[in-house]
Amino acid sequence: MDAGSLNSFSNLKGQSRCPLQEQLLQRRNSKENMDRFIPNRSAMDFDYAHYMLTEGRKVKENQTVCSPAREAYRKQLAETLNMNRTRILAFKNKPPTPVELFPSEHSTSSVHPTKSAKPRRHIPQSSERTLDAPDLVDDFYLNLLDWGSSNVLAIALGNTVYLWDASDSSTSELVTVDDENGPVTSVSWAPDGRHIAIGLNNSEVQLWDSASNRQLRTLRGCHRSRVGSLAWNNHILTTGGIDGQIVNNDVRIRSHVVETYRGHQQEVCGLKWSASGQQLASGGNDNLVHIWDRSMASSNSPTQWLHRLEDHTSAVKALAWCPFQSNLLATGGGGGDRTIKFWNTHTGACLNSVDTGSQVCALLWNKNERELLSSHGFTQNQLVLWKYPSMVKMAELTGHTSRVLYMAQSPDGCTVASAAGDETLRFWNVFGVPEVAKPAPKANPEPFSQLNRIR
Amino acid sequence: MASRTAAKDIITLRGSAAIVSEFFGYAANSILYNRGVYPEESFVKVKKYGLPMLLTEDEGVKSFITNLTAQLSEWLEAGKLQRVVLVIMSKATNEVLERWNFSIETDSEVVEKGVSREKSDKEIMREIQAIMRQIASSITYLPCLDEPCVFDVLAYTDKDVAVPFTWIESDPKLIANPQMVKLHSFDTKIHKVDTLVSYKNDDWDEQ
Repeated sequence: MDAGSLNSFSNLKGQSRCPLQEQLLQRRNSKENMDRFIPNRSAMDFDYAHYMLTEGRKVKENQTVCSPAREAYRKQLAETLNMNRTRILAFKNKPPTPVELFPSEHSTSSVHPTKSAKPRRHIPQSSERTLDAPDLVDDFYLNLLDWGSSNVLAIALGNTVYLWDASDSSTSELVTVDDENGPVTSVSWAPDGRHIAIGLNNSEVQLWDSASNRQLRTLRGCHRSRVGSLAWNNHILTTGGIDGQIVNNDVRIRSHVVETYRGHQQEVCGLKWSASGQQLASGGNDNLVHIWDRSMASSNSPTQWLHRLEDHTSAVKALAWCPFQSNLLATGGGGGDRTIKFWNTHTGACLNSVDTGSQVCALLWNKNERELLSSHGFTQNQLVLWKYPSMVKMAELTGHTSRVLYMAQSPDGCTVASAAGDETLRFWNVFGVPEVAKPAPKANPEPFSQLNRIR
Repeated sequence: MASRTAAKDIITLRGSAAIVSEFFGYAANSILYNRGVYPEESFVKVKKYGLPMLLTEDEGVKSFITNLTAQLSEWLEAGKLQRVVLVIMSKATNEVLERWNFSIETDSEVVEKGVSREKSDKEIMREIQAIMRQIASSITYLPCLDEPCVFDVLAYTDKDVAVPFTWIESDPKLIANPQMVKLHSFDTKIHKVDTLVSYKNDDWDEQ
């Protein structure tokens, strides 16, 4: 503080200074007043200086006869001039902005090297809505929830498939299968959002038209037992069975089986086509992940898979193709494995592996941000939002009281539905509202940010 | 009641600086909450000044305010703080929408001679409570902040203050032709704090 107080006028009067200084000041006091004591020109005030050299001295000289009016004038003048002597300071590091601005990652982070937290999107910690899902089969290997492109959510509860229309929150029953055929072991919307495939415990797959509530056909003879996983690729419906087989069915033609992929020794519980429709990822209870390529399959080569990924140590149900990087696949392992792994499906290389501490039941990528959502079982039964690729946990969403078996994403990508062994279906606003394409990000809103780089 | 003997009623410069800087911490939190600068869910409720107060849980904001109050209390102890201003700006345009102005008058005798003053904690708390209530109720007359906002804090200090390493000089971020509402004051007998909120004229109302 002392160094900074050198140009303080009050200190020049110097009551509390060290003796030496005090004396010096007293000696100079009458004549030279304080014109030698101004260290920089910006602090110079010629009006004030003039006043002090002329009027000020007069006042001091006849202090006894000084009128109160004059004193008041002097005070007011000093106060006015004092305006110069106020410093306005602000922190260099600005407080974090409340809402996440997506491009800011690139534009401001370089300007604010010290800023630890990027402005964050708010992620509600509780579910937005909870629906009852009685008789939901608590079976890790099934796929009983899907959200179609027409914004209708399909969920299989026991022998029945229900449709829940997200636009008007109305529920309808699509079909109840007979006890000897059920329960329903998988549901999957066709890309058109109108047709839906239903896999059954008795190895059959039914195709339904949701608009007319009419069954179109039944696919038989692909599997020996229950069909726990389904995936669409245009008119190809791929089915995965407990027999370890994966069958491509062309739903338009009579003899629907077009290809069979043999690679899994045990139940196929995860099936996902890449966005391009070129590659299929399959996960099984044999801890394997296979990448199948369309072009290789048709060539009928003896080894049909493109890659066989053997790094997981437990069943792999959770599979998710990255929406912004075509050859990136995220896979999650079951209770004995607990990891999320990332793969380059062109080369088969494992890019990263993260231990989540709990079985990974489902994985979803955020379509709008580089984020991944995972759902888990014991002990927290939570949903975890991860930043990709840093894999920093952004949020943990709790609420379910049993393992969160299934997740589905709304067509707009904002909302996630999760169904758990606690027989509830919960909706989470975890992925936020897609940002409307922002005009070129302003370089930096803070006018003084450039000054941060002084050092 | 002979307050002379009650140790509680003696207030020192240090104690006063602590009360005032703590007040700024809570006031800033309260403003950020009530004005919706940060989402409601990022605040938790605590009891303070006999009122339910909200404190942010956002680590970035928290550390900003902690650093701020630490520095303010240093200046207050030196008697060099004249004013603290919390500015709310539009995130998109950086236009200043609200200025929460806390002017501070310091009893210079206390700073210079190190004497203490007398005022009961209770009374000070009651005065602060009144201000906090006014901040909470300010949403009834302040214009809606219907766009994403950011905030900043300005400290007006004596010119002889050495600028701390983490601070820079700023412009006053004034609002042209503002509306002003004066709130209550509180006085520790050492620091007197006057609160005033100025905000952008709502063009809508004028027509």
